[in-house]
Amino acid sequence: MRENVEGPGAAGRAEGAAFPYSAPSAPSASGNRLLLGLAPLALLALLVFAFLKVGPLGVFRAAFPPVEELTIERVTLPKAGEMVVHVVNGGPEAVTVAQVQVDDASWLHYVDGERTIGRLERRSIRIPYPWVEGEPHVVRLITSTGLTFDTTIEVATTTPRADARYLTTFALLGVYVGVIPVFLGLLWFPFLRTASRRWLDFFLALTVGLLIFLGVDAFAEALETATRVAGAFQGLGVVLLGVLGTPLALAAIAHRKRGAGKGTSAFHVALLIAIGIGLHNLGEGLAIGAAYSTGAIALGTFLIIGFLLHNTTEGLGILAPIATERPSVGRLVMLGAIAGVPTVLGAWIGAFTYSPLWTTLFFAIGAGAIVQVVWELVKLFARRSEGGLTAPLNVAGLMAGLLIMYVTGLLVPA
Amino acid sequence: MSKDSPLSRRALLKAGALGTVAAGGAAALRTLHGVAEAQQRVDTTGGRAVVHGSHDAMVAVGELSPGQLDPTVFLTQFDYGTVSRLPNGQTLREYRVVAEDREIEVAPGVFYPAWTYNGQVPGPTIRCTEGDRVRIHFTNKGAHIHSIHFHGIHPANMDGAFEMIPPGESYVYEFDAEPFGLHLYHCHTVPIKRHIHKGLYGAFIIDPKEGRPPATELVMVMNAFDTNFDNENEIYAVNTVAFHYQKHPIPVKLGELTRVYLINITEFDLINSMHIHGNMFRLYRTGTSLTNYEWTDIVTMGQGERAVLEFTYKYPGQFMFHAHQSEFAELGWSGIFRVEEPVRA
Repeated sequence: MRENVEGPGAAGRAEGAAFPYSAPSAPSASGNRLLLGLAPLALLALLVFAFLKVGPLGVFRAAFPPVEELTIERVTLPKAGEMVVHVVNGGPEAVTVAQVQVDDASWLHYVDGERTIGRLERRSIRIPYPWVEGEPHVVRLITSTGLTFDTTIEVATTTPRADARYLTTFALLGVYVGVIPVFLGLLWFPFLRTASRRWLDFFLALTVGLLIFLGVDAFAEALETATRVAGAFQGLGVVLLGVLGTPLALAAIAHRKRGAGKGTSAFHVALLIAIGIGLHNLGEGLAIGAAYSTGAIALGTFLIIGFLLHNTTEGLGILAPIATERPSVGRLVMLGAIAGVPTVLGAWIGAFTYSPLWTTLFFAIGAGAIVQVVWELVKLFARRSEGGLTAPLNVAGLMAGLLIMYVTGLLVPA
Repeated sequence: MSKDSPLSRRALLKAGALGTVAAGGAAALRTLHGVAEAQQRVDTTGGRAVVHGSHDAMVAVGELSPGQLDPTVFLTQFDYGTVSRLPNGQTLREYRVVAEDREIEVAPGVFYPAWTYNGQVPGPTIRCTEGDRVRIHFTNKGAHIHSIHFHGIHPANMDGAFEMIPPGESYVYEFDAEPFGLHLYHCHTVPIKRHIHKGLYGAFIIDPKEGRPPATELVMVMNAFDTNFDNENEIYAVNTVAFHYQKHPIPVKLGELTRVYLINITEFDLINSMHIHGNMFRLYRTGTSLTNYEWTDIVTMGQGERAVLEFTYKYPGQFMFHAHQSEFAELGWSGIFRVEEPVRA
């Protein structure tokens, strides 16, 4: 990347200074540079090849058994009397599943392939077990070395299939907890238009509070699901990629679009907010869909009401930066859709193909997007408001935003 | 829900099966298509269909790899030692016992890094007659200190509790066999828990001078394995291998006496039991009496306790035997007697 900017000459000089061994006056400087860059890689490849061929030497040849690691990503209950365990080997070595126990009883089971699961490979294990509707069950895999990997089915209930009925159910779920609240929030637009500049700032600060709350929430969720990601996939690394990569990528895109130095338009800020909230809601939809389909939460009226109240404020957040402008209804609907509809997508994905890895990534991206939005808003405040975010009324707004999320959050169990 | 449950429970009792039947009855029809597949992959019952809710689903899948101690062989394998006569006329029985580390298979495909006597768990069944001179040449080829502690009456230095044998060294245990009964030997090195659950134990039978009535004799050592070393057992069994006798029923002759030498050496869950189906047995606790017994169908014993069970089957067919602790039974301590008409010449 840097090389493109500085050109070969500049890079060559810099290297010559830092690297006295390089030939300073080689006829083809760029060819040499390529060689210098590739030489360590070539040696590394050679070393890896040697290791693979003859095996590690000396101290690495350990007498103790390798640490086995299996991650049970999901247990589905496709029908009465049947469980399917989805397992991935995220450890350093192949693992052989030798036996399966359900609720402290050895049980018949069928593996969809070899019992020995290679690194990063997946298997489904079908267990004809008479699970009991509404009750918890514990599934335990015993490997050939006697190690055990357990998972708990919190509340046994038939796993939804991706048929029309369930697609509708989960679409409705997403609409309830994501789309409707956001659009309800957008209905504040006429009200916001009547607000004075100072109070608009207040609401914008409130939005910052909401977003910070959502961002931290998404970050925490990402960290939590990261612990359930198979080790080799490095849940924490995924979080880092999402949380740092997303704002940097968004910033780079924005930078390219408007050129450096110019301020962000109000609509752009609103769009960013909508994207950030949308990504957060995608993760939220994933979590809700997965939790509902695995019976971890009962989708009671209370929970729906909780999410309604909790997420309605998100619509307000989108509005605040564009309250003084005259966006078309179409644009408002678009912003609402960007923020709300991902909940439906998330609910579908979560319900039918829940994976801790993807959930972690989505939450991390959501958190990262919000980091970017908050950053933009802070800059916006610096430009438009005297005293910036720390003006007393703005601080009150920010605190109010946090508090609203906290209080409405009380209505959402877990 | 609560209204329905007594009814369904009654219906289940009618079905006359054990607990696992619960949702299984209803599911049986639905899973019939899987039966052929099940039989193909794991022959648990010598050809009977695997039907949901029956005991055939509650099983360890697969077969032992070759070279492992066959629990079926172990049942009737007795080590009488090398017999000679001492100058005073006493019978001398000499045994060789070697402690060695070995990986054993405790359920098909599940390997356990055991400490063994003579490479097997349980160790060899040492058998002699009351009044014999018993001489055990013990060599420790394991990586840790071990010993052999015999139950029974013997001098203090033959007790194996204080004389610890380091790796590479040997010791000779020698004593007169008394009293008759079913005894036990095991390693007494601390930490004892680990030395026991790693597999250092075996049956020690001292026969009464006048002998016991002729019978088919079976040694059953109730044991368990903590395969992930969390101080809880994952696998329960008699004679080490989970569900072995369920998948390979023990043949028993109809109308003839069967005698089981039953030992409890389960670590962690110290109480174990045995229940036989369709019959009652005479229970001789510790086997130290030939006359005092109890007429029952369950015996429950603490760790280290043993009992001699004698029974005769009245009806042919398959009869289960198992720990009457459902959890142990479902984690491997479960088997079948196949009662057959004796072949008459």
